Amino acid sequence: MTIAEKILAAHASKSKVKPGEFINVKVDLVMAHDLTAGIAVDQFNKIGINKVFDPKKVVFVMDHFVPNKDVVEAEQVKSLREFAKKHHLLFFEAGDAGIEHVILPEKGLVLPGDLVVGADSHTCTYGALGAFSTGMGSTDIAVAMATGEIWMKVPPTIKFVYHGNLKRWVGGKDLILYTIGQIGVDGALYSTMEFTGEVIDKLSMDSRFTMANMAIEAGAKAGIFKVDQKTLEYVKKRAKRPYKIYETDETEEYSQIMEYDVSNIEPQIAFPHSPENTKPVSQVGDIKIDQVVIGSCTNGRLDDLRDAAMILDKKKIHKEVRCIVIPGSQEVYLNALKEGLIERFIKAGAIVSTPTCGPCVGGHMGVLASDEKCISTTNRNFIGRMGSPKAEIYLANPAVAAASAITGKITDPEEV
Amino acid sequence: MIKGRVHKYGANIDTDGIIPARYANLSDPYELGKHCMENIDVNFSKRVKLGDIIMATTNFGCGSSREIAPISIKGAGISCVIAKSFARIFFRNAINIGLPLIESKDAVDNTDNGNELEIDLSSGKIKNLTKDKIFTAIPYPDFVRELISAGGLIEYTRKRLKIGGK
Ligand code: SF4
Repeated sequence: MTIAEKILAAHASKSKVKPGEFINVKVDLVMAHDLTAGIAVDQFNKIGINKVFDPKKVVFVMDHFVPNKDVVEAEQVKSLREFAKKHHLLFFEAGDAGIEHVILPEKGLVLPGDLVVGADSHTCTYGALGAFSTGMGSTDIAVAMATGEIWMKVPPTIKFVYHGNLKRWVGGKDLILYTIGQIGVDGALYSTMEFTGEVIDKLSMDSRFTMANMAIEAGAKAGIFKVDQKTLEYVKKRAKRPYKIYETDETEEYSQIMEYDVSNIEPQIAFPHSPENTKPVSQVGDIKIDQVVIGSCTNGRLDDLRDAAMILDKKKIHKEVRCIVIPGSQEVYLNALKEGLIERFIKAGAIVSTPTCGPCVGGHMGVLASDEKCISTTNRNFIGRMGSPKAEIYLANPAVAAASAITGKITDPEEV
Repeated sequence: MIKGRVHKYGANIDTDGIIPARYANLSDPYELGKHCMENIDVNFSKRVKLGDIIMATTNFGCGSSREIAPISIKGAGISCVIAKSFARIFFRNAINIGLPLIESKDAVDNTDNGNELEIDLSSGKIKNLTKDKIFTAIPYPDFVRELISAGGLIEYTRKRLKIGGK
């Protein structure tokens, strides 16, 4: 079996599972956020059970429109806060929080071998830790909150192997954009993407989170990495309970194997309005931009801010560009502050926001007007995603975003 | 029996296209329905008549896990969505909230925008009344059938937990 199948089998109390099989699995963590927990609570109440299966395994994170952007959101968060209090759930907002997919691993709430479901499509991010995690809707999450179990169809696993040595300024974001450019936004539909190869072995944890995060953008149910020394270093200082490491059997046959030599790939840019419209940065032409966003559950971690700060150091942001930097969590924010990154951002003329999803989902903190162009380190450039349906979003890594902020047009970091 | 006109779209219709996140704090299906598809088809909700059908090619509903996507489609008055393939979270969500989804490559390849269809959900027969053609839907897996006949995931769970009637 593959890592993913082994985790599913273990959580279904079976010795073996096969792709296509319908199983019922026990979950280690159930998550919902400020925009999805409301419906989950309503549906939970309809089930007619008066407590959640295990309050230590249900977590609500207020991150999309927080600090509350308007009265409707404030009321919503208030009622979720009350529900969480009544049921003694884990509840994160304000000073102890950040974007769900950044803070859950940081706080040691997700560990290798776990099975996690969340009412958010980017729940697949935790695959970077060797966990099986996937997004669902609020009703599924309500049932998982009530019973600690949920049905799943075992996905086939596609193996992605990356060979070679990455160029400078090419990282996890470029690998995943490149891959989606190759296979398309439904190239891994219903499957698990297992990321392997010597390039992956050398990749930082932050870059692995970026890749697993965007597995959903290829239609996948999950993205997964095997646990290695880097994973253990990340996990050891955070884990407060035991965890289990699974590995794909040597003899395992995958539904597909995709191999890429990535030695020559450049930073990748996804053009509007789909993450599959990728081009190498040298081929984008002259694209003037109005706004830059550096942050999100895809690229709001410390390595991402370090890359951006390295580019922006002692430089000035173009006077017609708004550059918004959003650390993914309070922990990232504090570390960035200690390392002097925040000072560099402000001196360069960037805006630094408290952790939030904000503009990634067109919520607040940098919503786009019609005909504006934005280069963003987020994960989706769908029509209307960041505001006006007449705006254009280009996806890129943090170094490209920072370089573009300086010149006012999409720019290769090597050129600044 | 479903009868309605087809509103046809292409591939990869995403959840931001179906309902933008700025409406995520609305809960009334009818209110959500007024904003359905507005990012990609401004007059959609005004054009739709009760019972109409959305048709698309591949990967319909990709993107976010927002359950307001199928809710807004239902709220707009749409009776079912026919596509060649669906994104997986959207598929679960639609089944859970009772929006019928039909997978049929034939029906999609042989139906034009504005055609009138008649659909029998129990047999999976799709009749194109405009073109006088009949297609068959790919049947749901047994487990999904069980979910639907139980009245959705919440009712299914209540039965499993042996919680009595409403
Ligand atoms: S940062 Fe963007 S993609 Fe990530 S959870 Fe928030 S809204 Fe979703």
